[in-house]
Amino acid sequence: MLAAETAGWFLNNAWLIPVIPSVAFFVIILFGKRLGAPAGHGAYIGLASMIASFVIAAGTAYQWIQRSHHFGEEEFVEPVIRKITWWQSGGVEFGIGQHIDGLAVMLLVLVTFISTLVQIFSLEYVRGDRRFTHFFASLTLFSSGMLAMVLAENMVQLILGWEIMGLCSFLLIGHWWEDKANSRAALKAFFTVRTGDIGLLCGTAIVYFGANSWAQENLGESGFSISAINAWALSGTASHTVLLWGSIALFIAAIGKSGQFPLHTWLPDAMAGPTPVSSLLHSSTMVVAGVFLVARLYPVFWEGLSITDTDFNLIAIIGGITIVIAALLAFVQNDIKKVLAYSTVSQLGYMMMGLGVGSWTPAVFHIFTHAFFKCCLFLCAGSVSHSGSHHSFDMKKDMGGLRKKMPVTFACWVLSTLALCGIPFFSGFFSKDEIIDGADHNGYKVFYIVGLVGAFMTAAYMTRATYLTFFGNARGAAAGEHHDEHDAHVEVEVEDHELVGALAHGGHGDAHAVAPGGGGHDVHGHDDHGGDHGPHESPWLIKGPLIVLATLAVVAGYLNAVPKPIETHYFTEWVEGRGAEPVVETGFLGSGPGESVVAIGATSSTEEGEDGSHSEEAVAEEGHGEEAAHGCGWEVPAEGVCFSVNHHPTHAEFKWSKALTTSIPLALGGLVIGFFFCQALYTKKNKALVGLTERNGLLRGGYKFLWNKYYLDHLYEKVIVHGIAHPIAAAAYWINQNVLDGIVNGAGIGGRRFGGWMYRNIDQRVVDGAVNGSGAAARGAGGAVRPVQSGKVNQYGALLFSAAAVAALVLVIVNS
Amino acid sequence: MLLNQFLLLGAILFCIGVYGVIARRNAVLVLMSIELILNSVNINLLAFALRDGRTAEQAAAGHTFALYIIAVAAAEVGVGLAMVLLIYRNRRSIALDELSTMKG
Repeated sequence: MLAAETAGWFLNNAWLIPVIPSVAFFVIILFGKRLGAPAGHGAYIGLASMIASFVIAAGTAYQWIQRSHHFGEEEFVEPVIRKITWWQSGGVEFGIGQHIDGLAVMLLVLVTFISTLVQIFSLEYVRGDRRFTHFFASLTLFSSGMLAMVLAENMVQLILGWEIMGLCSFLLIGHWWEDKANSRAALKAFFTVRTGDIGLLCGTAIVYFGANSWAQENLGESGFSISAINAWALSGTASHTVLLWGSIALFIAAIGKSGQFPLHTWLPDAMAGPTPVSSLLHSSTMVVAGVFLVARLYPVFWEGLSITDTDFNLIAIIGGITIVIAALLAFVQNDIKKVLAYSTVSQLGYMMMGLGVGSWTPAVFHIFTHAFFKCCLFLCAGSVSHSGSHHSFDMKKDMGGLRKKMPVTFACWVLSTLALCGIPFFSGFFSKDEIIDGADHNGYKVFYIVGLVGAFMTAAYMTRATYLTFFGNARGAAAGEHHDEHDAHVEVEVEDHELVGALAHGGHGDAHAVAPGGGGHDVHGHDDHGGDHGPHESPWLIKGPLIVLATLAVVAGYLNAVPKPIETHYFTEWVEGRGAEPVVETGFLGSGPGESVVAIGATSSTEEGEDGSHSEEAVAEEGHGEEAAHGCGWEVPAEGVCFSVNHHPTHAEFKWSKALTTSIPLALGGLVIGFFFCQALYTKKNKALVGLTERNGLLRGGYKFLWNKYYLDHLYEKVIVHGIAHPIAAAAYWINQNVLDGIVNGAGIGGRRFGGWMYRNIDQRVVDGAVNGSGAAARGAGGAVRPVQSGKVNQYGALLFSAAAVAALVLVIVNS
Repeated sequence: MLLNQFLLLGAILFCIGVYGVIARRNAVLVLMSIELILNSVNINLLAFALRDGRTAEQAAAGHTFALYIIAVAAAEVGVGLAMVLLIYRNRRSIALDELSTMKG
């Protein structure tokens, strides 16, 4: 009945998707440089592997959609799980394999697609770089790590992919490691994420020890298996304490990886890497990994943190804080990529908050839509720097008025910005509004307001970035000024960037300020404009991906556009685990076709299955409690294993009346207010506004606070590193010098004395005596036998035969 | 059967061979003597193999062993003659009593 045969070739072989790029990585690393200088055809290997993976991912997606149609409307769509034993240790089996369900399929398609486009973009963008080939190798491995993580069948494999990505992010952010700032940024990213990774290891261990015996007993799976963990979390037998600590530990990992407050500080610094890296990192890979982790093990978080049962929970709080603080920081950045970086942090906050308030599907959908428009925005920024601002990313100094010079880039940027701001009928609207709505729907009023405020701020800071880049007067390099790349690194500390601003320096491009945050320039040796140093449109290798992504940024939202006249639910249908009703299965996992499925909670499904799943009134208030009473997660069924992938999702119903009074006016207001404010401040130089942050003490304080990024970096470096790590280091040094060295020296002296005594007595007398004695004995014996070795063959023969004769005689005597 | 006669022939050949190995100075003759010894053993094997009351397998085992020894003997003579040839090239003589470089 559970039709495993509906899984087609692609679904069964989805494990090839990460394998192909990882093979390509080794090919590039080993042979890449020999494949043709100077460009290095290694790049094409990477690109080809990504395309191949994308094709398989697309096939997988197609078959998955077929499969989800094959199953009933409310029926749980069985994931395609295949695995082999990777290694065994102490009776514990570590498998490696694939766990293909809607979430995995969505991300597989997304990651391969975005990676392909980014690699195409990179062909032009990184052309001529000294580590061109290695760049592509790392990029390919990076995608491969993400893909391996996405279809991970168990936690160990997930950690593997997770760590590969950590490594590659280090390699890619520090791609131009000759510059100290870049290598520092790479280290910072690596260490900050590592801090969170401790949580991943602890969380995996906690969950493993919690789930293992249950999973072994009921499912015949180890406690690492993701599906087993989820089933365990929802089984109702799991200890709440274990779930709570497990989910907190795992969430710390997500905080580190997904750049959530307070570990978000690495993400903006990661801009030191080449722009395609930022684009890939921020759209579909690295940073999404944390959100993916939460979405993947959602039952653990759902149960552990009692999502929708309590007014606050850790995920929602962290997500909410992240939305606001990152959006505020985006206002004071001069580097276009840093604005986008903080924007990413803020949007990741939305995803986390969505997961925290129980809106699983909107949050995952936001991953999907966000990937397109954020990738597009980053690539636009890259395009601007590549062709418009002469490798500068400073909006105040080197941009402005580029909309006429770079119309395609401008159009793509604007479309993506509108999508990001959540303007109606662009993709971001459909996902972000759903998250915000979901917060309200599930009773999280505070986060509902936070979401709305965030939407307003998003619109405003993106307008600021758009204005500075594409509107107003052309400044610096955008005005066609030619300046020497290497002089650009002279760091001129400008005290107040907001006010002294652009034109003062734009007039004479000799002293060229770089934002003190570093990473202002993306140069390093690719300067191939053929003499044309004015801003111009980028070549097709750059424009092509931009156009594709911008198109998707507009239309991707229609996969799950809930507002009334459109009402599509494809995404929910395909990606969401469905099976809102828990089912009891006997031997679900690893079972072939023909297993019976017994749906329990039939009583509740008749009550809610018809009208409850998508309507809000019944479920929102008392419906949840009712569901809880019957649900699998709360009651252990008498027979079989309670299995439900899903945490009873409820979807907020979209209401135009609500959207038209809250989120849409806020977003549009953000756009309009932002635009006029920017115009007044940057172009018309309104006297009331210019210098406001200098004159008003409160604003000055706030600005300084933001400019210093809430002093979090100071906190980490000065307080934590200096205050904790340094005393520990000093104490360790003291102990090392005095205690350990004392012990070591004492042991050394004692050893020397003992050694001397041993030498004189034991070694010289006993051992040497024995050795010399045996030598002398051997020598005497040798001398005695020596005449036998005459060197004459005949004598040897004689000896041989006489010995044989003697032996024969003995034999005869003995036997007779 | 003529077992005793065969065994006697084998013993005589063996003794001639042993005498040749011990007494002859010429290396080629020594090799030939060794051949005699090996063939005397072959005769013994065949004689025992054909003794009355042997089954076909036991007889075949003796024959096979004899064939095996012939093959080994051929190889041994090949190696031995090669050595003799080299010794002759180096020293212009194959007299074994002049050859005592193996003296220990």
